[in-house]
Amino acid sequence: MSTPMVRAEGVRKHFGSLEVLKGIDLTVERGQVCCLLGPSGSGKSTFLRCINHLERVDGGRLTVDGELVGYRQQGDKLYELREREVADRRRDIGMVFQRFNLFPHMTAVENVMEAPVKVAGVSRADAREHAHALLDQVGLGDRGHHYPAELSGGQQQRVAIARALAMKPKLMLFDEPTSALDPELVGDVLDVMRQLAADGMTMVVVTHEIGFAREVGDTAVFMDEGVVVEAGDPRRVLVDPEQERTRAFLSKVL
Amino acid sequence: MAGTTKVPQSTTATDRPPTGELEIVPVRNYARWIAAVASVLALVGLIGSLAKNDNLHWDVVGDYLFADLIFDGLATTLWLTAAAMLLGLALGTLIAVMRLSSSPVLYGLANAFVWVFRGTPLLVQIIFWGYAAALYKYVKIGVPFTDITFFQAETNSLLTPAIAALLALGLNEAAYASEIVRAGIQSVDPGQAEAAHSLGMRPALTMRRIVLPQAMRVIIPPMGNETINMLKMTALVSVISAHDLMSNIQDVYAQNYQVIPMLVVASLWYLALVTLLSVPQAWLERRYGRGTTRAGHVSPLRRLLGGTVERLGKNSKEQNR
Repeated sequence: MSTPMVRAEGVRKHFGSLEVLKGIDLTVERGQVCCLLGPSGSGKSTFLRCINHLERVDGGRLTVDGELVGYRQQGDKLYELREREVADRRRDIGMVFQRFNLFPHMTAVENVMEAPVKVAGVSRADAREHAHALLDQVGLGDRGHHYPAELSGGQQQRVAIARALAMKPKLMLFDEPTSALDPELVGDVLDVMRQLAADGMTMVVVTHEIGFAREVGDTAVFMDEGVVVEAGDPRRVLVDPEQERTRAFLSKVL
Repeated sequence: MAGTTKVPQSTTATDRPPTGELEIVPVRNYARWIAAVASVLALVGLIGSLAKNDNLHWDVVGDYLFADLIFDGLATTLWLTAAAMLLGLALGTLIAVMRLSSSPVLYGLANAFVWVFRGTPLLVQIIFWGYAAALYKYVKIGVPFTDITFFQAETNSLLTPAIAALLALGLNEAAYASEIVRAGIQSVDPGQAEAAHSLGMRPALTMRRIVLPQAMRVIIPPMGNETINMLKMTALVSVISAHDLMSNIQDVYAQNYQVIPMLVVASLWYLALVTLLSVPQAWLERRYGRGTTRAGHVSPLRRLLGGTVERLGKNSKEQNR
């Protein structure tokens, strides 16, 4: 039996005295799409950021592909990893942000090429070719020479997806990828993500798109106030939830 | 409205008349015209009186404007400006990073440096470095509390007036540059570093490739100002006879007593150099303005020629719309 891609056991996180994650248990199998839903402040984005160690886990166990995130276990002690070791582990976890976070001083192609050239040591020519292929894949083959400021929000987000894919990740994290977009631009981004899921990419998606979660998700996880309220088949969790809190949330967003 | 203006038959009375068919009379600003004429007249008068003033000795200005001594001073002023700015920027960046560090020791040291070098007058610092030999007669580098010495020299032989000037200007500049660099780094959205980190970029690479290039957009305009200031502040080092432009000018008028004409020579050269400096600044601003919609369309030549051309360009652009 293969190890799950992401496994969280009692993951805790606090900012000062505020406890944001109060013991999260969650498993994402290979090739699965896991959608995290919940009201703002529920801890879903924080949990996502813990997966690639943008936030430090304070308690519990969080593993990606069998490896502890941010720590190395020796005997019964956990040693915090150095920043360069953390960086090396992040290489094969792609992340897409709500605010895109494209590098504004680089063109779309340069954005996609940056990490393969500077981190993975791929030659510029190979990286450029791959970058063009990835931009084609997200439907922006003709926009490679544009700077982010010259692209619409939806186009920027698709470049950001291509940039994350350029490192050939085994896991993709999406942090509310469509929340900052005009409604008519959401569809293009979701189409790209749908295709990615169909190609077998393991994905963890924080989203408010109930429709997308229902259609593409293999599991839906409803979080509130730092705990998982309900998890399971999205066609059940999002249509006929067992918990009153899930039902209340859904009635507000639908 | 009806009856007073002739309304074309195709429009109804409630429609506004098409402006193309009626003459538009712009507001006439008589006061503005009077003010303009008066100030031009005043300026012409001032220039005329200067030109006719024999005490200005334009012949002396002409004699010394291209003298060898002046060029020697110019060369010193230029390298001193460049070297002090380089020292200031390098040390300033280091101090900025220290001030952003989470180590309280590094943060405290950086703060103390800025406190001392920004808190005392530059003139005092220049004289201090010029007379540093009175504080330490010898410079020794070795292992403390032992007799092991790797290097030893007399302070006076190391700290020539030019080196003292460079240290004074460079260290002072570092204090100011560190604040500018820090503001620049802090102006970059933290999401940029997060995006870089999530791609597996290490902290140093993230700083070099992602954060600093974006910070440059904020850093360059004030650093341009600093460079222009520096060029003029080098005149202060004449107090320790560092043989810059101002030192040499003073040497001349100490002998021939032609103070005003010599100051005109100095002013003309400082003005010329400052004008030239705005060209690389504009080029750098365009280079690091890539990807922002505002920057990138004003050529250095245009910048040099200043507002008039820019205004013309803006007008023509508006007309094109």
